[in-house]
Amino acid sequence: MNPRRQKRLVAVGGIGLLIVGAITLMLFALTDNIDLFYTPSEIVEGKEGVKPTVGQRLRIGGMVVPGTVSRDSESLAVSFNLIDTGPQVTVRYAGILPDLFREGQGIVATGVLLESGVIEAEEVLAKHDEEYMPPELAEKMKGIKHVNPNQGNTGS
Amino acid sequence: MWKWLHPYAKPERAYQLCVTLQPYFLWPGILCLVAGSIWGLAFAPQDYQQGDSFRIIYIHVPSAILSMSTYVAMAVAALVGTVWQWRTAFMAMIAMAPIGAVVTFIALFTGAAWGKPMWGTWWVWDARLTSELILLFLYLGVIALYGAFEDKQQAGKAAGVMALVGVVNVPIIHYSVEWWNTLHQGATISKFDKPSIAPEMLWPLLIALVGLALFIAAVTVMRMKNEIIRREYHRPWVKDLAARALGGDHAV
Repeated sequence: MNPRRQKRLVAVGGIGLLIVGAITLMLFALTDNIDLFYTPSEIVEGKEGVKPTVGQRLRIGGMVVPGTVSRDSESLAVSFNLIDTGPQVTVRYAGILPDLFREGQGIVATGVLLESGVIEAEEVLAKHDEEYMPPELAEKMKGIKHVNPNQGNTGS
Repeated sequence: MWKWLHPYAKPERAYQLCVTLQPYFLWPGILCLVAGSIWGLAFAPQDYQQGDSFRIIYIHVPSAILSMSTYVAMAVAALVGTVWQWRTAFMAMIAMAPIGAVVTFIALFTGAAWGKPMWGTWWVWDARLTSELILLFLYLGVIALYGAFEDKQQAGKAAGVMALVGVVNVPIIHYSVEWWNTLHQGATISKFDKPSIAPEMLWPLLIALVGLALFIAAVTVMRMKNEIIRREYHRPWVKDLAARALGGDHAV
């Protein structure tokens, strides 16, 4: 390789390394802000020492605890608990739930923290995992009965 | 070691290479794309959770993976152009940019169309979706910067720097779902573990992926041919080529 090319290669490599370093530091500093949601334990115990305050708008993501979904028979109001590894947080919501909503499903809800551990949600989104399989296989492997998203989702 | 590559720095040789490669990319690409899509959309089994809605994966995942691969290929071309000052490398770079932009747009669009029924929203500003949107802007930036210069050699250098800087976004897109908590789920096939998808669903996906990759390669060499001709039209070899093509058409 002739010296001019070598010089250019070194320059390009050097600038590249600098940019990678800068972006890494930036993303590292912004980690908390890039996270889409709080987990239930972060809401109850605080994230890096900072607890969300009552009245704060936030997003929470966790699994719907089986057996905690209670629907109001008169309206669309529904409440359920979310969990990750520690304590549970109750979410209250009035509106249409996404098709994938069922017990045990990952959920991301946007809302306001009413009191410690209770969130009034205005939007509920369903998260699904990266596994895809036919219904027969799912039933065999996970014991999950296929619920067609188009027909109700009482999530038994 | 790389001496055999050097002749291809000459536009004439690069053009001939493109002509040779095009049929090998184009027809298998179309074949795989059609086969993978039909198999995936019509014959693969339903998903246990998402039913038929998951089938958009056969368009979404290949376009999302290849939006990143195309960017890396474009950045490699930019590197070769910047360091070795190959004019053909910049031509390859600008040939790939609009294709990559279209593929990125398809990935974003199919993702939104998939997100609405499954997640419950078209768009959410999570790390994966946002970084993929930035990728689209990077492609558009490269195209715009290249178009802003009258002198195309100068344009190639400027756009090449932008393409190189933007490559830092590619690992961010890929690892965004691991580094931060996002609404988007983790990787299904682009990981070192066993793919988390049943084999009868995986095969059509892989075929569609190969098909789209070949198709992108085919469109790249087509656009590259055009770019070489556009930049070299005053050269004798292009005039010869044109004369031969015209002669062929008008032969008695």
